[in-house]
Amino acid sequence: MMKWFGRKPSAESAKERLQLVLIHDRTALTPAEMTALKDELLAVISRHVEIDPDAVQIQLEHDGRTQRLLADIPLRSVSRRRAG
Amino acid sequence: MTAQVITISSGKGGVGKTTTVANLAVALAADGAKVVCIDGDIGLRNLDVVMGLENRIVYDIVDVIEGRCKLRQAMIRDKHLTELYLIPAAQTRDKNAVSPSDMTRLCNELRPEVDFILIDSPAGIERGFRNAIAPADRVLVVTNPEVSAVRDADRVVGILEAEEKRQTGLIINRLNPVLVKQHDMLSANDVLDLLGIQLVGIVPEDEGVIVSSNRGAPVAQDPKSRAGQAFRNIAKRIKGEDVPFMEFGKQDGLWDRIQRMAGGRKA
Ligand SMILES: Nc1ncnc2c1ncn2[C@@H]1O[C@H](COP(=O)(O)OP(=O)(O)OP(=O)(O)O)[C@@H](O)[C@H]1O
Ligand SMILES: [Mg+2]
Repeated sequence: MMKWFGRKPSAESAKERLQLVLIHDRTALTPAEMTALKDELLAVISRHVEIDPDAVQIQLEHDGRTQRLLADIPLRSVSRRRAG
Repeated sequence: MTAQVITISSGKGGVGKTTTVANLAVALAADGAKVVCIDGDIGLRNLDVVMGLENRIVYDIVDVIEGRCKLRQAMIRDKHLTELYLIPAAQTRDKNAVSPSDMTRLCNELRPEVDFILIDSPAGIERGFRNAIAPADRVLVVTNPEVSAVRDADRVVGILEAEEKRQTGLIINRLNPVLVKQHDMLSANDVLDLLGIQLVGIVPEDEGVIVSSNRGAPVAQDPKSRAGQAFRNIAKRIKGEDVPFMEFGKQDGLWDRIQRMAGGRKA
């Protein structure tokens, strides 16, 4: 089989693609619904604290047969600005 | 005796359910167990030809359920193994002739008589699949290391979880060690990671499987076949024995072969 330089092995693509597909199948969440969920979540949080929307990471992960929604939302530090 | 009922299922068609049922049945019976296989694929009868018993069929499962014959009369004895029987699927009748409770009743009648009841599930997740899993104490999900087979297997595992069938196991069939080695096929570990259920066996891609189906003599009876060995190992694990998984790919390396010939490493 021809291997293109720098191209990802096909088994790796298969695994990555399946990981996403299975999470969506299991949770019945479409990628579009996932985007809507992220946007709403960020809107709610930014009503209370200041966040940097570009640094936010929200994703579905699976561990064995359980799925979890992982959100990493760095908060902008207000107190430091005040002190400085 | 009270039999364990094991259903072989997959979601996707053509991944090797019927092959697995025939081989596990032969391996278990050759090891002294009393085994009955049930072909649950109504309208697409196949287990009979894979086992080489197609010429002996008189009655089928629908005849039993509709009371046209006794259960015993529909049990076809294997040509070689005296403690192995097949209950064939009906070929002509309507799929709805069998219900989940019919299957449960039939298995309950068989349970005191045998050690294992193996049910060959049809592909899909409809009525035939529901019938096949209804009486199961354990469901073995067969998949291939390939995207659509893994995805469909996950759907089946999800349904089994929802039905609270907790005893599930995974069989990865048609693994090609050469493709895995060149990273062009999902490895057994990849598939396990994705599906997250207990591994019961890995069966390599093996021409012998097709040759033996041609003859109607499952490959588990061939002591030299790698796939046959894999099926015999699964049969032992079903009985509760702790059998290490075969290392595929290893045997393909020249260096490994030299080492083995030199007695440096056990095969
Ligand atoms: N390990 C293997 N190596 C090579 N060929 C195999 C292997 N396992 C199965 N096959 C072949 O794959 C084909 C499909 O197998 P089989 O009929 O057992 O699948 P199935 O899941 O029962 O299909 P269906 O969903 O139609 O009932 C057959 O031709 C069989 O011989
Ligand atoms: Mg089949």
